Amino acid sequence: MKFTKTLLATTALTMVAGVAGADDHMASEMTIVSWGGAYSKSQLKAYHEPYSAKTGVNIINDDSSAEAVAKLRAMNEAGNVTWDVVDVVAADAIRLCDEGLAMEIDADTQLADAPDGTKASEDFGDLLVSDCFIPQIVYSTTFGYRTDLVGDTAPTDICAVFDTDAYPGKRSLEKRPINNMEWALLCDGVAKDEVYDVLATEEGQDKALAKLDTIKDSVIWWSAGADTPQLLADGEVIMGSTYNGRLFSVIEEQKQPVAMLWDAQVFDLDGWIIPAGLSDERKARALDYIMFATDTQRLADQSKYIAYGPARLSSAPLVDKHEELGIAMAPHMPTDPENAKNTFLYNYEFWADYRDDIDAKFQAWLAK
Amino acid sequence: MSDTLNNGPVLAADGTPLKKSLARSLRVEKLRALALVAPLLLFVLFSFIWPIGEMLFRSVDNRDVGQVLPETVAILKDWDGTSGELPDEAVYKAFTADMLVAIDAKEHTKLGTRLNYEKTGMSSLFRKSGRKIKKLDLETDGPFKETLIKIDKKWGDVETWKVIQTHSVNYTNGYYLNAIDMQRTPDGVAVQPEDKRIMMTLFKRTLWMSMIITGMCVLLGYPVAWILANLPARSANLLMILVLLPFWTSLLVRTSAWKVMLQQQGVINDVLVWLGMVADDSRLVIINNQFGTVTAMTHILLPFMILPMYSVMQTIQPTYLRAAKSLGATNWTAFWRVYFPQSIPGIGAGSILVFILSIGYYITPEIVGGTKGVFISNRIAYHISSSLNWGLAAALGAILLAVVLVLYWAYDKIVGIDNVKLG
Repeated sequence: MKFTKTLLATTALTMVAGVAGADDHMASEMTIVSWGGAYSKSQLKAYHEPYSAKTGVNIINDDSSAEAVAKLRAMNEAGNVTWDVVDVVAADAIRLCDEGLAMEIDADTQLADAPDGTKASEDFGDLLVSDCFIPQIVYSTTFGYRTDLVGDTAPTDICAVFDTDAYPGKRSLEKRPINNMEWALLCDGVAKDEVYDVLATEEGQDKALAKLDTIKDSVIWWSAGADTPQLLADGEVIMGSTYNGRLFSVIEEQKQPVAMLWDAQVFDLDGWIIPAGLSDERKARALDYIMFATDTQRLADQSKYIAYGPARLSSAPLVDKHEELGIAMAPHMPTDPENAKNTFLYNYEFWADYRDDIDAKFQAWLAK
Repeated sequence: MSDTLNNGPVLAADGTPLKKSLARSLRVEKLRALALVAPLLLFVLFSFIWPIGEMLFRSVDNRDVGQVLPETVAILKDWDGTSGELPDEAVYKAFTADMLVAIDAKEHTKLGTRLNYEKTGMSSLFRKSGRKIKKLDLETDGPFKETLIKIDKKWGDVETWKVIQTHSVNYTNGYYLNAIDMQRTPDGVAVQPEDKRIMMTLFKRTLWMSMIITGMCVLLGYPVAWILANLPARSANLLMILVLLPFWTSLLVRTSAWKVMLQQQGVINDVLVWLGMVADDSRLVIINNQFGTVTAMTHILLPFMILPMYSVMQTIQPTYLRAAKSLGATNWTAFWRVYFPQSIPGIGAGSILVFILSIGYYITPEIVGGTKGVFISNRIAYHISSSLNWGLAAALGAILLAVVLVLYWAYDKIVGIDNVKLG
C-alpha cells in the first residue's frame, strides 16, 4: 500500500516536472554561424529576432561560414563543437555529411509542413540534395556588366564574356574551375545537357581550358564575393561574375551603372546544417530553431532583405517588397521566369567527384 | 675520532658528506629554475610543439583505409593487380562485410573522400554504393562479386581495386609525393601528368619572390635605418613613429590600400595619366601579378628590416668613420670598409626575419597576387579549408619547414649565426 502510494506520488511529481520543464530540455543559448554582411543581416531580421522574441533564446552570431568545413572538422576532432546551427552552401553540406560532421535530418518529421499541409520533403523537392542539408535560399552565380562601358549593344548572351572583340576590356571570374568550365564549354559549342559528360573527359577539360585561354589575359580572378561588385564600381572590369544578391545591392542600393546578364546563370543552394555530436539540449534547441526558421513564412520573409529566392515552393507566392527600398523583389529573384530562361543547376555529384582533379589542372593552367 | 675526520669524506655542518650536500643543493637550485620556466615550457609544449607535431604526423598517416576496410585490406594484399584479373569472391565478400560495419558508423563516405584524392569518382562510388550495400544481407545475398558489380560497374574495374590496394598502407609517402608533383601508383612512384604539375612551380616561386622581397627591403630599409641612427634623438623618434605607424595598422587594411593605389583605375595610374606620362587606354598593369605582390609585401615587411638594422647601427661608434676619414679615406671607402661591415649583423637579422615571414605569407599574395603572384601557402590554405586534404597540406607545410631549416643552416655556414644581432 505504502509502496504503491510512493510510486504514484513520484510518478505524479515526474509528470509535473515534465510539463513545467517542457522548455528546460533545450539550451537557452545558441551559436549560429553564417556569412556575415547583408546576408547575416537578412537572417537576423527574418529569423533570429522573431525566434528570440518567441522563445527568449540568446543567439550568438559567428561569421565563419567561409571556413566552416575546416573548423567543424577541427572542432569535431577536438571533441568540442561550439556551434549549434551552421549556414553553408550545398556542396559543403554534402562534404560535411560525407565526413560525418553533420547530423542527418528527416525532412518530414523535423521540418515544418507547408501551410496547406504539404510535407516538407515535397515542398523542398529536389533541393534536398543531401541527407544533412536543410535548404534555405536559391542563389545564382551570374554576370553583371557596366552599362556605360560595353558600347552600344548591351550583352544578352553568356558568350559575350568570351568575345573580347565585341566587348574589349577586363572581366572578373572566380578563381576556381566550378562554373567557369561549364560556361567555357557552353560557348565552345557544347550542348547544355552534354556539358558534364564532356567535362568528365580529359579532352573536355582541355577543351574548356583552351576556351578560357582565349580570354586569360583579360581576366581578373576573384576569390571573395565582394570583389566583382567593387571591381565593377571602380570600372576596373566591364563585366564579372558574382552572386546575384551582390549585384542587386550594387544596382539597386548603390545605384551604380550596372546591369544583370542572367543568361546561363548557375543556381546554387545555401542552407543550414546541424553539427554532429551536440548534447541533447543543444540538439533539441537547434532542431527547434530549424523548424521555426525554415517554415514557409520565414523563408519568404528573408527575401524582403536580400535578393535570394526562398527554397520552398510554397514560399514563392509570399515574396513581397524590399523592406527599405520598397521595390517588388520578385523580378530580382534568380528564379523569376524572366530571369530563368537559360539556367544551370550546380551539379553536386559531378563536382564532389571531380573537384580535386579539375582544380589541380585549373590551378596549374592559371600558373602557366 | 680524529681518524674518521681525516680519512672519511668531508662532512657538512649537519653531518652529511659535503659532496652529497652540495649535489643536493645544486639539484634543488636546478629544480627551482625549472619550476620557474615550467609554465612557459608547458605552454609552448602544449600549444605549439604538440599541435605542430600532430599536424606533421598527418602527412604520413594513412590508417583510414585499413581501419575502415580491415578484412578487405588483409585479403587484398595477396591479390596481384598486374594480372588484370579481378579479385576473387573472398575479397568481395570481405569488402561487403567491412562496408556494412562502416556504413553503420558512417565511415564509408569519409573513405570515399580520402580515395577520391587519388582517383576521381571514388567519392560518389562509395556514397552511392553505400546506400545499396546497406540493404544487403551477408548470409543470403551472395555471391557478392556479381551483386557489387551490378550495384556499380566500377566494382568490376581492376583500377578501383588497385587504388584501394595501393593506398591501404598505414603510413604512406603518397602525400609527400603529391607535394612534389609526383604520385603513388600501383606500378610504383611516378610523376604527375604535366597538366597537373603545380607544386614545384609554387615552391620555386615562393623562394624566388621571397628573396626579391628581402632584397628590396634591404635596399629600401638600409638608408632609412642609417638616417634614423644618425639623427639627433628627438627627430629620430619622430621618424621612428613614421616607421612604426604602418606596423600597427592592420595587415588587411594595408593590403587593401595597395589595391586602391595600384589598380588600373587606381591612384598611381590616374596620376600618371593626368601627368600625360601614360595614355588613358594603355594604363599600367601593376597589380594582380608578381609586381603587386612584391610591392605590397615589401611595404608590409619593411619595419621588420628597419628595426634590427636601426638597433645595430646605433651601436656603431661615429668616431670610427671620422677616424677613417682623417686617415685619408674617401666617404665611400670609409662607409664600405668601416661602417658597412659593422652593420652586417643587422642586415642578417632583418633578412632572416623578412625572408622567413614572407615565405609563409598568405593574405597579401591572395589579394594582390592574381595568378602569377601567389605562393605555396595559398595552396596549403586551399587544402586545409576547401579540399580538406589535410594530409597533403601537412606534407606541403613540412617541406616548407624543412626548406627554412636548410636555408637557416646554409646561412649559418656562410654568414654565421653569431653574426646576427637584434641590437
